[in-house]
Amino acid sequence: MTKIHEPLFHLAKNSNVNPRRKWALRGIVFVISFFVCAIVSVGLTGKGMDYFFKYFFEGLFGSERNAWNLFHETAILLLIALAVTPCFKMKFWNIGGEGQVLMGCLGCAVAINFMGGKVSDAATIIVSIILAIAFSTVWAVIPALFKAKWNTNETLLTLMMNYIAVCLVNFFIKSVATSGTGILVFSNGVVGSIFGNEFVLKIIVVAVLTTLMAIYLKFSKHGYELTVVGESPNTAKYVGIKTKAVIIRTLVLCGVLCGIAGFLLISATNHSINDTSVGGRGFVGVLISWLGQFNPIFMAIMSFLVVFIERGSNALANGGISLGESYPSIMTGIFFFFIIAVEFFVNYKFVFREDLQAKIDLCTAKIKGVFSKKKQVEEIENSNKASDSVSEEIVEEAVEESAVTVEENEEIPSTEDVEEKEGK
Amino acid sequence: MKAIELVGITKTFGSIHANQDVNLDVEKGEILSLLGENGSGKTTLMNMLAGIYFPDAGHIFVDGQEVVIKSPIDAFKYKIGMVHQHFKLVDLFTAADNIILGEKMPPFSIKEQTQEYKIQAANEISALSAELDEKERKKAIGKINNKRNLKTCALPFIKFGKIVAFNHLSRNRAKKIQAIADQYGFEIDLKKKVYELSVSEKQTVEIIKVLYRGADYLILDEPTAVLTPQEIQKLFAVMRKMRENGKSIIIITHKLNEVMEISDRVAVLRKGKFIGVVNTKDTSEKELTEMMVGAKVDLDIHRDLPVNPQPRLVVNNLTVLNKEGHKAIDDVSFVVNGGEILGIAGISGNGQKELLEGIAGLQHVVGGDVIFYNPKENKPVTFFHNDLRQIKQKAANGMFHYPDGSPVDLKGKSAKEITKLVNDEQILYYENEVIDLNKKTPREIQELGIKLSFVPEDRLNMGLVGNMSIVDNMMLRSYRKGKSIFVNRKRPKALADKIIEDLGVVTPSDMTPVRRLSGGNVQKVLVGREISSSPKVLMSAYPVRGLDVNSSYLIYNLLNEQKARNTAVVFVGEDLDVLLALSDRILVLCGGKVSAIVDARKVTKEQIGLLMTKLPDEIERYDYESAKESLETHEPEQTASEEPALDLAEKEDKTND
Amino acid sequence: MFVALITQAIRFSAVFLYGSTGETIIEKSGHLNLGIPGIMCFGAVGGCLGANMAYNAGMSNFMTILIAIIFAMLFGGAMGLLYGWFTITLRCNQNVTGLTITTFGAGVFGFWVTLMGEQGVRFYRASRAFTAPMFGEVGSDWFSTMFLSHGTLVYVAIIIAVIAAIVLKKTRTGLSLTAVGENPAAADAAGIKVIKYKYVSCVLGAAISGIGGAFYLLDCTRGSLEPGVIEGMGWLAVALVIFSLWRPGIGIFGSFIFGLLYIAPNYINGVDFATKEILKIIPYAVTVVVLIVISLFNKRETQPPAALGLSYFREDR
Repeated sequence: MTKIHEPLFHLAKNSNVNPRRKWALRGIVFVISFFVCAIVSVGLTGKGMDYFFKYFFEGLFGSERNAWNLFHETAILLLIALAVTPCFKMKFWNIGGEGQVLMGCLGCAVAINFMGGKVSDAATIIVSIILAIAFSTVWAVIPALFKAKWNTNETLLTLMMNYIAVCLVNFFIKSVATSGTGILVFSNGVVGSIFGNEFVLKIIVVAVLTTLMAIYLKFSKHGYELTVVGESPNTAKYVGIKTKAVIIRTLVLCGVLCGIAGFLLISATNHSINDTSVGGRGFVGVLISWLGQFNPIFMAIMSFLVVFIERGSNALANGGISLGESYPSIMTGIFFFFIIAVEFFVNYKFVFREDLQAKIDLCTAKIKGVFSKKKQVEEIENSNKASDSVSEEIVEEAVEESAVTVEENEEIPSTEDVEEKEGK
Repeated sequence: MKAIELVGITKTFGSIHANQDVNLDVEKGEILSLLGENGSGKTTLMNMLAGIYFPDAGHIFVDGQEVVIKSPIDAFKYKIGMVHQHFKLVDLFTAADNIILGEKMPPFSIKEQTQEYKIQAANEISALSAELDEKERKKAIGKINNKRNLKTCALPFIKFGKIVAFNHLSRNRAKKIQAIADQYGFEIDLKKKVYELSVSEKQTVEIIKVLYRGADYLILDEPTAVLTPQEIQKLFAVMRKMRENGKSIIIITHKLNEVMEISDRVAVLRKGKFIGVVNTKDTSEKELTEMMVGAKVDLDIHRDLPVNPQPRLVVNNLTVLNKEGHKAIDDVSFVVNGGEILGIAGISGNGQKELLEGIAGLQHVVGGDVIFYNPKENKPVTFFHNDLRQIKQKAANGMFHYPDGSPVDLKGKSAKEITKLVNDEQILYYENEVIDLNKKTPREIQELGIKLSFVPEDRLNMGLVGNMSIVDNMMLRSYRKGKSIFVNRKRPKALADKIIEDLGVVTPSDMTPVRRLSGGNVQKVLVGREISSSPKVLMSAYPVRGLDVNSSYLIYNLLNEQKARNTAVVFVGEDLDVLLALSDRILVLCGGKVSAIVDARKVTKEQIGLLMTKLPDEIERYDYESAKESLETHEPEQTASEEPALDLAEKEDKTND
Repeated sequence: MFVALITQAIRFSAVFLYGSTGETIIEKSGHLNLGIPGIMCFGAVGGCLGANMAYNAGMSNFMTILIAIIFAMLFGGAMGLLYGWFTITLRCNQNVTGLTITTFGAGVFGFWVTLMGEQGVRFYRASRAFTAPMFGEVGSDWFSTMFLSHGTLVYVAIIIAVIAAIVLKKTRTGLSLTAVGENPAAADAAGIKVIKYKYVSCVLGAAISGIGGAFYLLDCTRGSLEPGVIEGMGWLAVALVIFSLWRPGIGIFGSFIFGLLYIAPNYINGVDFATKEILKIIPYAVTVVVLIVISLFNKRETQPPAALGLSYFREDR
């Protein structure tokens, strides 16, 4: 046997992970990343943990307004993530969410600027919604057209269009207010508070849109088609789906949602526009969509966690010791690094050399045995005596619960793989 | 002396044994053919020699020494080079760049070189004649030492110079490549980009690359599959030259005539097992075929006689281009009747995929027709004299048939006579039901209401979506129905549950992603969906590939059921036993052309095997008598005529009756 | 006026050149690193720290520059290593990882600027080592002013780009790297260590980009700290890679055009602010046009590396 020369372990795709375990793993990693953030903050401020927790949670839940802010920020972020999700589900790498939302902001601002105060507020608001949607739809459809027609690289194209949008916004601001700080403030024609609270509207709108998007992706024919196009272009061709039309249609949807996000940002939140009105939410939305597995519910959780970290550390940065505006970016960066890294451990597994694997199985079973009932320990011992290998069920259980990424049960080889291996 | 020896090599992928205890040896300066059907494990075995796979068990010896080959780099080290069937070339590079890619810089260590200079100097000093007096001696030693120091100082520059010289394709290097090309008589423009090269030129680049890296043991994986006869002769000439130069060559092939022509010995694999090795001059094609296909296995597959077979799908002079723009299907004509199973035999990659996809509207069809006959009752018609030209045209399009499906010669018949014949049902006439499928997209075909089902070869890449649940995969074909903007999962779910129950799909639930199922269950899901629409034509490509015995029989039964409901079934298979037991007629493809259409009840396995490797005119050249007796070969003139493809075997049947 | 414009354009072009040369090296290995803006921010932090340290230690101009470069490369390279570990070993999505690095890098830079606060003026003194003309006092004629009056790092940028161009185009290393980015499976079969090449190019590219950030702070702004600007320049550097069709040689001229367009609005009189904003669109717009045109003509030589954005995984061995 030439086994000795085989490497100790190699990596294999792990297609068979229990989703519950996946989420447990992600939850654990979130807690770890939160504590890493805490430790970094403690190191930077030089104060104790109590200081960190005091300011962090006071900033989040200290006042009613803070708590509202947490949810309202989550809502805006979620909306942008929702907008790009159908694109990603279709494997169209639209990282132009930032620019598309900013164009929505611009459309809204144009309407308010030229109509605000001159006609009724209701008319202004309606026109601003329409213009916001029109602007961002145009911005989203341009890359889709080129992708469908000439297969232009959409990642790079959408990226470039982000910055063109920034320049256009600056152009608008400068041409309206020839002198100034680059911020255009509106007082008329904006959405004021509804139900006595300026946040409720946005949260309701986003909640509705999240539900609609979940339904669209899961239950509509469009959602079905775009999933097929993304997962298997050949199958899409095989069943006669018009791929180009699906791409363009999906990006229109993305544009509409970005337009709504832009409208909510300008008309219902900021009441002003500048080139950082979106403030990187477009990019963070991309991350959330991807890390939330394109599932609106998971994305909602993920955006809450991001805003949780961001607003908490923001409060910390503006607390007793000033850490500056950029401090939350560091914290979210750390958080994302952890969450991205966990994807690897979810999607791949280590396949150990057979003899090593046997040892690992034995160890896991024993560890499991220590923590489990006496009966099972006896069982393991019996089986150890009976044969070298451990009873399969126990090993499986042990692996299941010990959150180690070693999968005992054999992966079912897909025929595709086998055929590839055989070299046909 | 044994150049390479494989002992007890075993490799499994999951539950499939690709190789089981294979022993093989190659001698210096010989050409060994590795013969076997598709899936017999030839490529897997060779990949282990080339460092792509690592064997589960067994030993490899090179020049009598046991070696471990873990990566392509190791294989290069032991002078083993493999030309893969799917070329591993960087399209953007020139041929020359691809050849030198990955070449290691010859070792040059400053330290060692310094040491060498020291020894050199010491030698020179000791070599000084003893006659010199002290002063002269000192002077001489000083001179030698100065020279040594100077040389040592220059070393870093020499090294840099060597790196620079190595790092671009110098004239020397180009000459070396050109020398190899000239030595073996390759004609190639080394400055051409790979994407501009033809397939045979790409292969040439791969071979030169392997030779350039100093391989003494070459493995060629189906090198002739992509070449024209002239190119094959050239390749063989090259191989003979290599043999003369003492190189050992293993050539993987299916083609018997090539085996006989080129090899010294033939090793045969069947279903992953080593069958035996014979000297080429002591054997015959017949013996090799028997070794390759094995004794006839009685599969006990139920087969009824076709009931009232009528033309359902008529393919005329179809020509399909593959991705590279070559003719994958060349002027193919045939008829598929309702209520029968037409088997398609052939070495894989001889156009089966393109043929089926061309009919289904998924491939680029450049010529010919695909005509679909919707099997409805023929209604009374009246023809008038001035319709004659039209009738002629229709006859040419194959719209008139005898009830058994053979075409009618309408020459000299008047319009009245034809009308009478049709109304008396002596001949069948399908005017309204004839649909030309040519250049229709799958969606158009579906919208025309044609029930054409297709089980493609690569199930998870085309046909199913791996990450979707069984239920979602059920509605791939039907989700568009209805005006609602939402998909209705009720009926797909019912269908999924029915298929899971009826076909015994092993799955945790109907919401399990298809990717997680085993190969057999994936196939059951796909076939189940395709037959659920009660198709009029069912095309299936390798439906039992990778399936265990029970699943395979289930699939055969499903195909037989479809046959019984008068569906025209096209079955592309690789196991000849199955093809012979299941099909009513067998169409043999060879190099994208129809080699023959034969009656599956009369033909033997060897005859099919021979037809798969050669076109009939070649068989005559080899004078394989027994083949000629019972074969009804497909003659080229008939495909060229305007008539739809004649089905000689079927006609023969009739006259015998 | 014209002379001053060109002089400044060349000066600013070096920032883009560092960034785009680094990014080109990374993209050639098949990795689209959208973390370049963050990496440049990181490099800026490192460069300033290094320069300040060397200046305070009273080192010569040459040593100050050298230490600043080394620090910038170390900081940038560390981020490149992080990116490489995520995308090569952990096979994470490249876009997601890159964007995270940009968020993180920009955050760290902003935080550092806050920390420095008023002390930023210290870098002004250290920056004199960088702004000092490399060729000493040269004449005041137009040629000398335009081409010979720059600090050392401008010329270093051009030298690095030229070396990168030669290595990529002419040498075996470049050939192997391109093969890794085009067809990793073929490279692997030819005996190239794919993973090693990917790591080296990710780290080296990030290190070179890092110098760009340091150069901007220490030369272009003469040591004054302004948050947010480097990030924008980083995105322009990514655009420049496309504009230069993945060739550092073209990148030298491309960076000059980008520098010119970047600086031109400040030198145009009689035009309102709004029109100047429109001028700023031009680099991005031109890049978009280039991107569309190369996809339209679909010529093999001008396409992005074929394996760009894909993880390489030799599943079974």
